[in-house]
Amino acid sequence: MSEREKILGRIREVLKAQAPPPGEALSEPDSIRSRQCLPKVGEPFDEQIVLFAQKLAELKADFQIFNSDTEMKQALVSLRDTAGWKRMARHSGPLTDVLCPVLGIPCLLTDQPYDVHDLEAADAGISECDALVAQTGSVLVTNRSAGGRALSVLPPHHVVLARREQLVADLPAAFELLKQKYGEDFPSMISFISGPSRTGDIERILVLGAHGPKKLTIFVLNTNH
Amino acid sequence: MSTFASQFLQDAGRATDNSDQRRFIRTALGNYEIARDRHKGSFQDWQGARQLAAGIKWEAVNHLDKYLEQFVLKLESRGTKVHWASTGLQARETILQIVRKKKAHSIIKSKAMTSEEIHLNDALEKEGLQVVESDLGEFIVQLRHETPYHIVFPCMHLRRGEISALFQRELGSAPTNDPEELTMIARRVLRKKYITADVGITGANFAIADAGMVSITENEGNARLTAALPKTLITLIGIEKILPRLEDLALFLPMLATMGAGQQLTCYNTLYAGPRQPGESDGPEEWHVVLLDNHRTQLLADTEQRDALHCIRCGACLNVCPIFRNVGGHAYGTTYSGPIGSVITPHLRGLQDWKHLSNASSLCGACTETCPVKIDLHHHLLQNRRNAAQEKPAFLERFAYQIFSLLVTKPALWSLAKKMGRAMQPLHKIIQGTPLDPAKSWTQSRELPRLAPESFKDWWRKRR
Amino acid sequence: MTVTLFIPCFVDALFPQAGISMVQILERLGHKIVCPEAIACCGQPAFNSGYWDESRVVAVKVLEQLRDAETVVIGSGSCGAMLKNFYPGLFADTPHEKLAKAVSERTWEFSEFLVDKLGVTDLGARFPHKVTFHDGCHGLRELHIKKPPRALLSHVQGLELLEMTEAETCCGFGGTFAAKFPMISAAMGEVKCASAIETGAEYIVSNDSSCLMQIQGLLSRQGNALKTIHLAEVLNQE
Repeated sequence: MSEREKILGRIREVLKAQAPPPGEALSEPDSIRSRQCLPKVGEPFDEQIVLFAQKLAELKADFQIFNSDTEMKQALVSLRDTAGWKRMARHSGPLTDVLCPVLGIPCLLTDQPYDVHDLEAADAGISECDALVAQTGSVLVTNRSAGGRALSVLPPHHVVLARREQLVADLPAAFELLKQKYGEDFPSMISFISGPSRTGDIERILVLGAHGPKKLTIFVLNTNH
Repeated sequence: MSTFASQFLQDAGRATDNSDQRRFIRTALGNYEIARDRHKGSFQDWQGARQLAAGIKWEAVNHLDKYLEQFVLKLESRGTKVHWASTGLQARETILQIVRKKKAHSIIKSKAMTSEEIHLNDALEKEGLQVVESDLGEFIVQLRHETPYHIVFPCMHLRRGEISALFQRELGSAPTNDPEELTMIARRVLRKKYITADVGITGANFAIADAGMVSITENEGNARLTAALPKTLITLIGIEKILPRLEDLALFLPMLATMGAGQQLTCYNTLYAGPRQPGESDGPEEWHVVLLDNHRTQLLADTEQRDALHCIRCGACLNVCPIFRNVGGHAYGTTYSGPIGSVITPHLRGLQDWKHLSNASSLCGACTETCPVKIDLHHHLLQNRRNAAQEKPAFLERFAYQIFSLLVTKPALWSLAKKMGRAMQPLHKIIQGTPLDPAKSWTQSRELPRLAPESFKDWWRKRR
Repeated sequence: MTVTLFIPCFVDALFPQAGISMVQILERLGHKIVCPEAIACCGQPAFNSGYWDESRVVAVKVLEQLRDAETVVIGSGSCGAMLKNFYPGLFADTPHEKLAKAVSERTWEFSEFLVDKLGVTDLGARFPHKVTFHDGCHGLRELHIKKPPRALLSHVQGLELLEMTEAETCCGFGGTFAAKFPMISAAMGEVKCASAIETGAEYIVSNDSSCLMQIQGLLSRQGNALKTIHLAEVLNQE
């Protein structure tokens, strides 16, 4: 008998004896019930974007919203100059392809297999995302939407380029979106990123950039796609 | 008394004598409480969330066979290799075989209490492998050759000066008292390790049955890197980590963050559905998931305490426990400390050897009150005490209770006992504090209350 | 109504004034008090140590004495929890199961009885002192009694309630725990005492004498002037 059969056999044997369910009998738990318990998020976009910005400020991430491509390009250039980026990495996407060439610095593309040393040498990683979550100030990325597993976590500065319609209200909405978008064909990595990498391991004092990015910048284009 | 029990008494004694350290821990956990309460308060219905979470975990644990099969089937369909291990030894052997086959030299690990449970690092090091913990706290305790002090905050017992001295000694770094600089020293050292490691090993927070995914929660990004860079990835998961549906995470991720570290959401909550898939540019070529039983099915068999398998290892019960706060994490001598550790360790490692942890509780119930998945923790401690006494009663203790039962059920005897007590009281003054003092365990730190000259019952009788 | 008052063993022997105060308060409110001579202890010490057979020997006596009681009032949150919450489990699958449940339903902790059952909060007491209140864990977390003692204290003339930060933290008594693990118990008690002292109160008030025994024991050893007093005694001051 395989270990699999042995373990499953033991489980089936002991589950013959019932354990009382906690409290009220549980109907099928769903996003609606979770949503009623979780922190409240308003319906209108304006309210959600304000909440999103507030959450990002708490998380010590940078956030800006722009009304045009040109404004966002300018902001990227000024980010490059103030941080002194020499090399960058990105993937190919509708926003990154249009906006990033303006930076004019050596750029690693992570859409195809790449040398990890090259990515490690990049000063910034620029990616798109699947969604922004107002409730928690999170960026939802997958390795398909954001240039693989490492782009958003290895370079010391992660810049996210997003569009306003990517903002969703809350976590239940983010999971609904994932299921709708990918069906059964999920990417092999999905990550909710909430602020730059951090640790509180030393005397519970917050330090940014423990292993992942020290900085997280989120640029949102406020035009409908 | 088991050797573990006497070791506990000794270590708890040493810990409670150190009032500086106790204050240090209390301050840290006091700050945690403030942050935790702020985020709890942002929930529309925290108690409803607990109820819902408890219901979801009940559903998962009470249909564990069904959900595990679903989870594994989905994982395997995307090319993940799943291994089952009944014991810690089997899990270690499975992992050793994988690393041997890969001819690995160096391993990068992200935080996994399950790997502590099965003493995985020892086994890998004996095999001649270089194993590096990448979580900052784990990295620090590994350098000190210590076990984690707390399941969520591994090095919360250390002050920055101690960490600086450790880094100077072990890494040759310059002295500093700045937590940021200390973090950056570790960052620089570990960066190289990610890139050169042959194998990555992670734990897991949740195993999602319907989607066939593993969910890992972390703040530092070390698990993200561990699961992105090495060619081979191994994930060790206890079989109880199942959640039925992907959307259950919408509730569990913020609850885990709130109770675990007082955050709204932990920095990285990542789901892994497989190794690198066709068309993907990075990620491990091979992913091995090791499912560990190691006495969990034994706990599952105990219908009274089955809900202990609902635990999401947030550490909230440790943080509020006045025992933990005063004796600290190392005194327990277990992988899982605090109330949840006291409940499950007797199941994982033997009741008679570990019953002392269930006795070492005032049963205050702060743990049960805080638990986000509503595990009936302090009542389980009572059940462990009952089971231990039933299985192997302590002769003298039982005899004492038999005498006491007699005294309090016979009014005349009870009256006589009080009279005798009153008569003996002046005598006790003389022997108090000496080895002859029968109340020594009380009087060594506290004054003994005096028996009243007239008891309530005396007063009541006289009055009538 | 006729109130059967259960005075726990340690109150009987060590803190009779708390019990006497309960009798006097309830009589002033016009109730007839019964105190069964044959009850001394609820059986909790043996129960908490895992010796359920020995505990049942004691608890059966209690159940039999309370069989016909209309209302049971108990002068300790801890013993209250034993009767209300633990008896049904202790007697599960025994001939006393039904009786244990019935008694459980008729049992009230003293402060809860006054406030939630009788609807009384003002007893006309006067106690011109600064006090802090200690929530005994069993009362707080088993019986969920948080507001009643405070409602009662708020009507005591001259009394100023100063809440301590560790009001809900265990004092470290825990029954036999205090003797089996004295160093942990005392360490917990020190935290409690320090928090109470910090408030500048003159008295620590609680609805559980067992906690007060632990706290007073530590305070006396420290030589601190802070005193402990049972809630009923405060409410009985004129």
